[in-house]
Amino acid sequence: MTETSTIQTTCPYCGVGCGMDISPKPEKNSRSNKLAGFEVKVIGSEFHPANFGKLCVKGSSAGETVDFDGRMLNPQVNGEVVSWDSALSTVADKFRSVIDEHGSDAVAFYVSGQLLTEDYYVANKLIKGFLGTANIDTNSRLCMASAVVGYKRAFGSDTVPCSYEDLEQAELIVFVGSNAAWAHPIVYQRIAAEKRRRPDMKIVVVDPRKTATCDIADLHLNLKPGTDAVLFNGLLAQLSKSPALNQGYINAHTEGFADAIAKAVERQGTIEKVAEQCELSVEDLSQFYNWVIENDKMVSLYSQGVNQSSSGVDKSNAIINCHLATGRIGKEGMGPFSITGQPNAMGGREVGGLANQLAAHMDFNKPESIDKVARFWKAENMAQENGLKAIDMFNAVADKKIKAIWIMNTNPVVSMPDADAVKKALQDCEMVVVSDCMQNTDTTQVADVLFPALTWGETDGSVTNSDRTISRQRKFMQGPENARADWWIMTQVAHKLGLADKFQYESAADIFREHAALSGFENDGSRDFDISLLENMTDGEYSSMQPFQWPLTADKRHGTKRMFEDNYFFTPSGKAQFIAITPKAPVHPTTKEYPFILNTGRVRDQWHTMTRTAKTAKLMAHTDEPYVMVHPADATDNKLMEGELAKVENELGLVIARVRIDRGQRKGSLFVPIHWTAQYASHGRVDVLVQPVGDPLSGQPESKHSPVKIAPYYAKWHGFILSREPINTDGLEYWVKVKGKQFYRYEIAGESAIENYQAWSNSFLDKTGDILDYEDASQKRYRSARIENGKLQTVAFIAPSTELPPRSWLGSLFANEIIDSKTRLNLLAGQLSGAKDEGKIICSCFGVGINTIVEAIKKDKLTTVEAIGQALKAGTNCGSCIPELTEILTVEQAKELTS
Amino acid sequence: MKLKLIVIGSGMVGARLIERILAKSPHIYDIRVFNKEPNGGYNRIMLSPVLAGEKTIPEIMTHNHDWFKQRDIHLHAGTEIREIDSINKTVKTDLGATYQYDKLVIATGSSPFILPVPGNDLPGLVTFRDIRDVNQMIQYSKYKQKAVVIGGGLLGLEAANGLIKLGMEVTVVHSNNVLMNMQMDAVSGELLKKSLTETGMQFCMNSKTVEILGDSHVTGVKMADGRVISCDLVVLAVGIRPNTTIAKKIGLEVNRGIIVNDQLQSSNPDIYALGECVEHRGMVYGLVAPLYEQAQVLADTLSGQSASYQGSAISTKLKVTGINLFSAGDFHDSNDSESLVYKDISQNIYRKIVLKDNKIKGAVMFGDVTGSNWIFENLVQQNDMSAYRDTLVFGEGFLPLANKDLEKEKVA
Repeated sequence: MTETSTIQTTCPYCGVGCGMDISPKPEKNSRSNKLAGFEVKVIGSEFHPANFGKLCVKGSSAGETVDFDGRMLNPQVNGEVVSWDSALSTVADKFRSVIDEHGSDAVAFYVSGQLLTEDYYVANKLIKGFLGTANIDTNSRLCMASAVVGYKRAFGSDTVPCSYEDLEQAELIVFVGSNAAWAHPIVYQRIAAEKRRRPDMKIVVVDPRKTATCDIADLHLNLKPGTDAVLFNGLLAQLSKSPALNQGYINAHTEGFADAIAKAVERQGTIEKVAEQCELSVEDLSQFYNWVIENDKMVSLYSQGVNQSSSGVDKSNAIINCHLATGRIGKEGMGPFSITGQPNAMGGREVGGLANQLAAHMDFNKPESIDKVARFWKAENMAQENGLKAIDMFNAVADKKIKAIWIMNTNPVVSMPDADAVKKALQDCEMVVVSDCMQNTDTTQVADVLFPALTWGETDGSVTNSDRTISRQRKFMQGPENARADWWIMTQVAHKLGLADKFQYESAADIFREHAALSGFENDGSRDFDISLLENMTDGEYSSMQPFQWPLTADKRHGTKRMFEDNYFFTPSGKAQFIAITPKAPVHPTTKEYPFILNTGRVRDQWHTMTRTAKTAKLMAHTDEPYVMVHPADATDNKLMEGELAKVENELGLVIARVRIDRGQRKGSLFVPIHWTAQYASHGRVDVLVQPVGDPLSGQPESKHSPVKIAPYYAKWHGFILSREPINTDGLEYWVKVKGKQFYRYEIAGESAIENYQAWSNSFLDKTGDILDYEDASQKRYRSARIENGKLQTVAFIAPSTELPPRSWLGSLFANEIIDSKTRLNLLAGQLSGAKDEGKIICSCFGVGINTIVEAIKKDKLTTVEAIGQALKAGTNCGSCIPELTEILTVEQAKELTS
Repeated sequence: MKLKLIVIGSGMVGARLIERILAKSPHIYDIRVFNKEPNGGYNRIMLSPVLAGEKTIPEIMTHNHDWFKQRDIHLHAGTEIREIDSINKTVKTDLGATYQYDKLVIATGSSPFILPVPGNDLPGLVTFRDIRDVNQMIQYSKYKQKAVVIGGGLLGLEAANGLIKLGMEVTVVHSNNVLMNMQMDAVSGELLKKSLTETGMQFCMNSKTVEILGDSHVTGVKMADGRVISCDLVVLAVGIRPNTTIAKKIGLEVNRGIIVNDQLQSSNPDIYALGECVEHRGMVYGLVAPLYEQAQVLADTLSGQSASYQGSAISTKLKVTGINLFSAGDFHDSNDSESLVYKDISQNIYRKIVLKDNKIKGAVMFGDVTGSNWIFENLVQQNDMSAYRDTLVFGEGFLPLANKDLEKEKVA
């Protein structure tokens, strides 16, 4: 085995886009699907502008996720492994026949912010240019679609004005709907470090929930959910009366201020009004407004809490309005900064991978743009209008208007609102094609055709992070033999559709050059996104491409740190636009039946639907089970107990989660994490509760405001199973699967009593090898373990309550080659006995072992059998051990003499 | 002038009593001991290891003639007491000699129960009680092949084990379908049978012996179902009968054994009794531990101290090398008890504890008896075991539930 040199790549997780240095040590037999001994060491790239050498726990554990465990290894049609040729033809034939029979709009792509830009580009080109429909949408719709529309309304372009550096130069940072501490750890740590350096820097967190981000906050505004636009309209009203108002800037570079301020003053003209509407104290609110007025260098860092709303676009414009009114944009340390959730949400925006985009930051609203792109692509069947956004797309699948859908690298059965309805729609769809790197996801399970995709580390491409930095993801290891890059899969389908000449790509570099060329095609400064300087780059240059911030043009040969420094905007007038905001309440208010507002979000160490992060025990250790966070008063009122289970439900579905009681949770609202899927939990898919309503402009679902009710889950029994191999969970009512080191842990519970434990466990636990069991029938406690060839295979504990032994000691035993007899006897006690090891029992009447006897002889200087008897009782009953005691004495005395 | 104390029987309990009296009050009594067996005192329990060849007779001698001599005790070995004159307070030996006593202790022990079936007096039929029996068996094993042990209790199995060690082919005939059915339940009995079968022991379970066959010497054993097992040696181990003949003769109150009060006093105030020959609060004990407790109480009493025997909880162990079993108390399920059962059948391990009102009522263990002494102690003391219930069956040394951190901890 030889160590290859370090390879620089980009993290596969969040939108911070950290650079990583990889040191892979591949196995000799790289064609093998086994990766025994393979080790991937990951450290932060010291020179990457996003992270300067730092990595969060997810990123630094990425090397532990590259095994082939659970990977999709072969193309499959209707559950059968088939050849690539056959699978590709099946898909091409079906798409062609559907289009021929029902028109272009009967097909769709649902893609992902985890696709690389090159893959994304090919997907967008294929469907919009050649299949004749813009029915391509992406999971980024769930993430930052509202921010895109907000920017476009204000700037005429989807332009993030800021750079991460601005965060370190700011005097005031306002986190709005962002738990960056968990969702964007490295950005948060950069801010936290700066805060330590400059304690007078002000940090405000606007979030109904007290999150980990509040740790560095000077002020936390736990406003009423959904009232962000009220808060910022109120801020605009206060700014207009303050010296912070930049009338010169407003006059010179903006339009629409009068309307916007009129609306704001009318509804949110006084601090008292705002305080009442947001359910905040006047003091806190005044403090916030004063800090904004006093601190010119202000960054508003906003994320899903703003975006995932039926009025998310208005909320982002309410924020941007405040920056325009103070001229706080296009300068160091300031700006409205939308931070994206995914590694390549931004790359998707750049290629136009959303249904309401065309390509390369062009839209369908200008016929000349459609013509331009069509000419560039030599497209024969160009889409002419926006396609269906995610919610509408899956509704169209449910209505049988879309008959064939190709889902790439995303898991909508988990992540879409009303997820059960999405699952049903896909089950009933004529053809569902899924490209994925994992064999078993909630979505691959409803697929007709499966394409095994290469994943992070196995393929080449580029990604764009939240501050417009384009970085390379590089191949550093061989993927499964039969898996392919996404661009290759789509290119091959295009070939089957007779489009070989339009999809002549041999490598990711080929695609990147075309993408760069399109960005500059008839641009002349009319579009913000332009990297045309790279359209003729060589393969070698692509291979060694260093991170840069777009635009990258002849004028800006090193990229662009900050946008709008020239105060020119991409609107027809060249001026930024104020948008008059009338704050709207969320679509579904709470009711008597569903009195709680359900909020959703991330936990620190998981990523999306856990297909990658759940593979490593380290990342499962932070939060191992789906939970519902509840305010103490709500817990009391609803008989909820810490650590017990609760049912969270509404008319759409049901989630069962572990109760966590937390004062940081707002009264009347609940929080459940987004990550758990049917692969890891029986009832952990929180999106089954989310109403399928979105922002009318962005189509982004209202994932943070679902009316629900909560009640205790009255489990008759609780338990856990640790198993070397995954178990069949079919017969279990409540279960959560957690990866441990060399084992899987299942936390389980049930509402119906178990009549016969043996029969019950037989239904899902393998029974080969040795079975150990324990039963305390009257207290309804049952435990069992299975040992095969000396190794622990499973251990199960059932109890009537959550009073169960710790799992860690039992879990650690899976690393043992052999379970010794003492450990074996202690297994079902759930802990190692602290009783002294007596050694071989000499006096069986009083159970005195040789270790105790030898110890007593030494300590108390015993010289006769009688003395031993007095000290330990040994030998004083039946006396049968007296000869052995005599022998032990002799041996010990001999030792004493020689020592 | 010392008081005259006569002890009939210098078996394990008689000898232990004398030891304790000497330790307590060496100058009160002039002690005279009569022993039917020709030797001094030996550890009867160790006869099984002697039979199995693991120990020798000298190794199990505990009180030889010199021991008595050195302590000025008159030992009459090979001498049986035939009569007691409780009015004149004398005893008369089989040789006709008469001795005066102030206090008399009867420690006559018990005799093997002889099955009342035809052929029970044939040569080749032995019991398993004393050195003579052991020597006889060892002799048989030298030129005979097949033995039948009647009785699958503690003693029978130890005898069978010894005979196997001596090279004989052994079948155990047992009237119950569970071996050691006084001490084992069905599961542990089955494991015991499995373990012994592995040593070569054969079994004829649930079988009642109706006849010992043979003309001049045993040739076989006949069962109630007509089956015949041929053999050259029959060992009878179907229980013991307290030796109460002499007590009955002088009109002491006797039921199964000589009835004694908590001071081990018989119905005659100057006559005490202890050991396997007595019945205390309805119980007749056949194991050494309770009898040693009796010896201590009686030694105290005879030394003029107030002492009281309250009866004993008993536990059982089998002296067969490689076989670990333990039982104590009442380990059978009942409506008012709760059972904790652990099984690791492939390792021949079974442990069961029966609780009543959170106190240990009984326990049975096979294969692994770790912590059995602790369990027994808690049974004897009737401690409340609620805090340990979750781990009780696994023995001692576990954190009680009350101290356990109930917060579910993470596993990585």
